[in-house]
Amino acid sequence: MKEELFVSGRNIPNIDPFLKIWHWQIPLYLFLGGLAAGILFFAGYFVVRGKEKEMQTAVKWAPLLAPIALVLGLGALFWDLKHKLYFWQLYTTIRLESPMGWGAWTLMIITPLSLIWVASYMKEIFPWWDWKFKLLDKFEAFVIKYRVPLAWVMMIYAIILGVYTGILLSAFNARPLWNTSILGPLFLVSGFSTGLAATIWMSKDAAERKVLSQIDLVFIFVEIFLIIHLFMGFLAGSETSIEAANLFLGGPFTVSFWVFVVLLGLVFPAVLETLEIWGFHVPKWLPAVLILFGGLMFRFIMVEAGQITRYLY
Amino acid sequence: MKTRRDFIKISTVGVGAAAISYKALGSKGFGLFESKLEGPVSDEDLTPYPTYCEVCFWKCAAWAYVDKKGRIRKVLGNKNDPHCNGRLCPRGTGGVGMTYDEDRLKTPLIRETRNDGTQYFREASWDEALNKVADKMKEVKEKHGPEAFGLFNHGTPGGQFHHLLRAYGSESNAEPAFANCRGPRMSAYFSTFGAYVGSPESTDIRDTKCLVLIGSHIGENMHNSQVQEMSEAIDNGATIITVDPRFSTAAAHSSFWLPIKPATDIALIMAWIHVLIYEELFDKDFVERYTFGFDQLKEHVKNMTPEWAYGITDIEPEQIRRTAKEMAGAAPAVVIHPGRHLVWYGDDTQRARAMAILSALLGAWGKRGSLYFAEGIKIPEYPQPHYPETKWGWRDWNGDKYPLATMGITTELLKASIPRLNYEHQVKAWLIAGTNLPLAMPDKPLFKEAAAAVEFIAVMDTMPMEVTGYADVVFPEATYLERYDVIRSAANREPNIALRMPAIEPKYDSKPGWWIAKQLGERLGLHDYFNYDDYAEVIDWQLKKLGTSLEEMKKIGVKKFPRKSGPLYMGEGEDFEFNTNTGKIELYSVDFADHGFDPIPKYTKHPEPPANFYRLIYGRAPMHTFSRTINNPNLSDLMSENSVWVNPKVADLWGLKKGQEVWLKNQDGAITTFPVKIRVTERIRWDSVYMVHGFGHANKKLSRAFGRGAADTEMITNVMVDPIMGGTGMRGNFITFLKEDPALNRKEAKA
Amino acid sequence: MAIDTKKCVGCGDCVVACQTENNVPHGYCRDWIVERVDGTYPSLSLEFRSERCNHCDNSPCVRCCPTGASHIVDGGVVLVTPHKCIGCGACIESCPYDARYPHPEGHVDKCTFCIHRVEKGQNPACVDVCPTNCLHFGDLDDPNSAVSLALKDRKWKVLAPEAGTKPQLYFLT
Ligand SMILES: Nc1nc2c(c(=O)[nH]1)N[C@H]1C(S)=C(S)[C@@H](COP(=O)(O)OP(=O)(O)OC[C@H]3O[C@@H](n4cnc5c(=O)[nH]c(N)nc54)[C@H](O)[C@@H]3O)O[C@H]1N2
Ligand SMILES: Nc1nc2c(c(=O)[nH]1)N[C@H]1C(S)=C(S)[C@@H](COP(=O)(O)OP(=O)(O)OC[C@H]3O[C@@H](n4cnc5c(=O)[nH]c(N)nc54)[C@H](O)[C@@H]3O)O[C@H]1N2
Ligand code: SF4
Ligand code: SF4
Ligand code: SF4
Ligand code: SF4
Ligand code: SF4
Ligand SMILES: [Mo]
Repeated sequence: MKEELFVSGRNIPNIDPFLKIWHWQIPLYLFLGGLAAGILFFAGYFVVRGKEKEMQTAVKWAPLLAPIALVLGLGALFWDLKHKLYFWQLYTTIRLESPMGWGAWTLMIITPLSLIWVASYMKEIFPWWDWKFKLLDKFEAFVIKYRVPLAWVMMIYAIILGVYTGILLSAFNARPLWNTSILGPLFLVSGFSTGLAATIWMSKDAAERKVLSQIDLVFIFVEIFLIIHLFMGFLAGSETSIEAANLFLGGPFTVSFWVFVVLLGLVFPAVLETLEIWGFHVPKWLPAVLILFGGLMFRFIMVEAGQITRYLY
Repeated sequence: MKTRRDFIKISTVGVGAAAISYKALGSKGFGLFESKLEGPVSDEDLTPYPTYCEVCFWKCAAWAYVDKKGRIRKVLGNKNDPHCNGRLCPRGTGGVGMTYDEDRLKTPLIRETRNDGTQYFREASWDEALNKVADKMKEVKEKHGPEAFGLFNHGTPGGQFHHLLRAYGSESNAEPAFANCRGPRMSAYFSTFGAYVGSPESTDIRDTKCLVLIGSHIGENMHNSQVQEMSEAIDNGATIITVDPRFSTAAAHSSFWLPIKPATDIALIMAWIHVLIYEELFDKDFVERYTFGFDQLKEHVKNMTPEWAYGITDIEPEQIRRTAKEMAGAAPAVVIHPGRHLVWYGDDTQRARAMAILSALLGAWGKRGSLYFAEGIKIPEYPQPHYPETKWGWRDWNGDKYPLATMGITTELLKASIPRLNYEHQVKAWLIAGTNLPLAMPDKPLFKEAAAAVEFIAVMDTMPMEVTGYADVVFPEATYLERYDVIRSAANREPNIALRMPAIEPKYDSKPGWWIAKQLGERLGLHDYFNYDDYAEVIDWQLKKLGTSLEEMKKIGVKKFPRKSGPLYMGEGEDFEFNTNTGKIELYSVDFADHGFDPIPKYTKHPEPPANFYRLIYGRAPMHTFSRTINNPNLSDLMSENSVWVNPKVADLWGLKKGQEVWLKNQDGAITTFPVKIRVTERIRWDSVYMVHGFGHANKKLSRAFGRGAADTEMITNVMVDPIMGGTGMRGNFITFLKEDPALNRKEAKA
Repeated sequence: MAIDTKKCVGCGDCVVACQTENNVPHGYCRDWIVERVDGTYPSLSLEFRSERCNHCDNSPCVRCCPTGASHIVDGGVVLVTPHKCIGCGACIESCPYDARYPHPEGHVDKCTFCIHRVEKGQNPACVDVCPTNCLHFGDLDDPNSAVSLALKDRKWKVLAPEAGTKPQLYFLT
């Protein structure tokens, strides 16, 4: 028998017996970040592709959510800081190696970008609105003029943001479950998928929904593929990564992960979306809600389970 | 049973609530960029005050470092002190927690009874509390004679009250350090060598080639310099042989671990003796020159072969021979550790005798690497009248029953307090100082009956320990870091003394023990025995007689003196007169024979656990001292509860999981008050379970200790009394597991 | 630092000494003891390890810190500057040894190798208190330092080398 235990000194709240430094705020932050990234990416994408007219919701309406999500996400992050009064220290240095720092700066850039984007559609969204300030009108005209370059910039930052939500975890080699480069693309894809789901839910245009659903299906399949890869990678790895994978293969997270994230959050909505594309009537909110919920669950589970996995003890 | 004196959880009306709200407010401050907790302070900014540690009885000399705000920041060992060599053990380092424990006794308390018959403690002034105790002492003296006032004492606080009682006219005292602890070895080594091994034990572990630990769990038993020397011995490549049914820390660091079946040690030791004698491995010259009774011994152990012992002890004959040869090879530089807490199975004096005999055969006495000749300093007696003669005292209870006991026996003092038992000399009231009897005494029902029977109990303690719940008057003593105390003088390689002085003023309304004793003495008209205003005067007077002064000692803390008694070890072939009947080391004890005890130890078979029961063995955790440190904020951080160690086989059988809470029930139906967690570990045999002693406190006022873990003491209702010196053998108790709360069952049974 | 597991008795003195020296709040710790038991009764082995921050050469905690609060000073000691720390917890997540803890005041705290003592030529508090003398501290580049001497003719291991952090605590076995 092998027995390993702390004989003295260790019973630190939130660290022992399992790490629980990051609570609900971080997964929520990651979820909102991914969601915003998805929305903004496709808004940019359809503008670049010149589909502004066909994809009204994706381009104009859904982006309204993005700054809200980003601000809420930042709020969650701030909430989680234990030394809040020193928050400003984040912006006194640029530390490229620090994913946290990276994220803070990315958000610092993409949040204003998304605001500008939304602002540029303000007139179209609220035609009765009168801006009163001449300067703002000028600024708006300027933005509208450069919307396509703006779209490019936004798409790039959306990808960075999406990848970042995964890298924030995968940068931590110390947690075997996160110690895999698949998390970056996986979170990116999952984030985009939630962004699409939110847009689908908002869209009143069946044609637009169909296009979006088709894209979403691709993302869902890629996501499932990445998840399978993730586990194959773990199982082929060291003892600690096998232990990490076992949390999901018979361990405490098995049901929540495979039922809520994979079945209800990916497979089932994929089926629903396919059915809808085939012309069956499916309430449009259903697959969207499932995907969003699945995405949220996914982040919660990854953050919580990842903190449980460790090299020692 | 409703007794006159119910156990009360100390709670003084009003204070509790106030304290809580203050705490709630005080916990959060609003300094924006200012840190509330200071970081480290460098030593130059701290003032050191000399003291010696009171967290256990090793009494290491130390420095208490006080910061500019008057807070003791840390306690560090005195580098010049042979008890600690500048390094305290975890308990000594955590000793600050004794002073800053916010659960401390804060004021004198007096027991009151409400109209409805319930009882509580009321805060009282010192004057009132002292008068009350002094009046009672006068009353008992008049009614029954001063001898009827008994004292349970331990450690330095006990010493102050001992002086008071002697002056008052009583010698009816007992301390757990004898009958519950090292009594057996005192009788055994005295009858063999005519000398004691002392405290610190005069074991020359530092220079040994072979250290034999028979149940001594050094490393868990943190007696400081001993632990340090064991580590040195490891560095020196000494062979360590550990006999323990449990894979103790010492066993893990040993060259040989003999996983003995509990209660069979005497068989193993006798087999070792057999091998030494019949394979002619013993020190012939030494035996011839210094010992008495070799031929009887040789005859006695004739059939006690390793094969015979194997059947009893579970130790392979080969292992027994091999380890005997190891010892012989290292002789005379062998330490057969005499053990300290020896009261196990009631034949403990005989086991200790066997160990002494083994040492003698190896010539391992008074030789480098065995037991050295310790020397101490006699502290001059401060002028005072002779203590009054007493008509009777502890000797009279021991009397013919335990003729070789050299100190009072705690259980006898309890029994003398119970009228039902019809002792000729009966005790009517108690003082208790520095011992937590409900947890230290086996057979709790006996303690409870005695406590209910006596007319009056006064307790002096620093903490609201369970024992204070039985008191009529409670005196809050200042902790050792806040008071002057007797000069420490303990025999060692080099004679030495150490000073204890206050590092800070006593917190709350607590007072030093000497002050409390003096106040009582004055009230009893015993001024001549307390002829000083401050104990510092006594210390200074004594120190001056010793050629130093309080002033000097304040600067150095510890002072060493040159040896006067001669060298540490015996000379080669030196003539040596032992202080025994025969003037020789008695392999055959004349004294024992005279008193009708086996002159040479015999193995006796002890009862084994019945089906579904397991032998309860217990010991120390390195970071705790008995029950006294469990609530210590620093030390409870290290270990806040005990667990019951269970072999995986037993766990499987019972379906017990790591961390699962169970209640324990013993052979007499006693059940632990609190549940205790299971530790499933290979470190314990399948016929035994193991627990760390000291946990399972029942007083809610101990915020960190209450209900944490379970008390081994509650499971020790069968006491195997040592017929030679009255030791309270505690390891003949067997437990079984209750997986459900017994309280529920009891309720169900009633319904 | 080198820790002799053959001598350590797991007493926790190093933990208390650290707490009193560095005013570590109750309930937290910068060092701790692990007990490891292998085998079946009665063929058993037991190891005690006094653990703390490994002051990794390749320290992920420093890399992931967004503010630079976690940093390495000369001599390779990894430190945290409390007033730069925002308490984001990234470094805690990044440490394979769980050597850091969130101080109740908000910033992250951990073993400093008692830099305030070492700067004055003293040993760390835990090293100086250990009753078995099983902690050895010093500069690995100095062949005569206590730690170099301890490592010289003994077998040793480091913990979780696979985490790739190049830990600087050596456990003598
Ligand atoms: N079940 C069981 N019983 C045992 C043992 C065992 O292992 N298991 N061990 C036995 C042994 S070896 C011994 S030596 C005895 C020890 O028995 P005790 O000496 O009774 O042990 P403690 O539990 O430490 O109780 C000491 C008491 O002194 C108080 N105290 C501490 N410091 C001071 C002070 O400065 N002033 C005053 N006035 N009081 C103070 C503490 O608060 C506590 O109430 O127990 C024996 N009993
Ligand atoms: N940390 C710490 N250290 C202390 C103390 C403390 O409270 N805390 N108290 C001090 C005091 S007063 C004393 S008396 C000493 C006591 O310390 P020791 O004299 O070392 O204590 P024992 O109770 O004799 O030994 C306990 C060991 O005996 C083993 N054992 C149980 N049954 C048997 C048996 O049948 N045969 C053999 N061979 N071994 C057996 C147990 O497994 C355990 O390892 O400790 C002292 N040191
Ligand atoms: S051995 Fe430890 S507890 Fe006992 S006196 Fe020494 S430092 Fe204090
Ligand atoms: S003080 Fe020394 S012996 Fe005790 S646990 Fe720490 S390293 Fe081990
Ligand atoms: S042990 Fe942890 S905290 Fe210490 S340097 Fe290494 S990664 Fe950083
Ligand atoms: S918690 Fe503090 S030290 Fe740790 S990474 Fe964040 S800012 Fe840096
Ligand atoms: S080196 Fe100092 S800070 Fe680090 S564990 Fe030891 S005592 Fe604590
Ligand atoms: Mo004892």
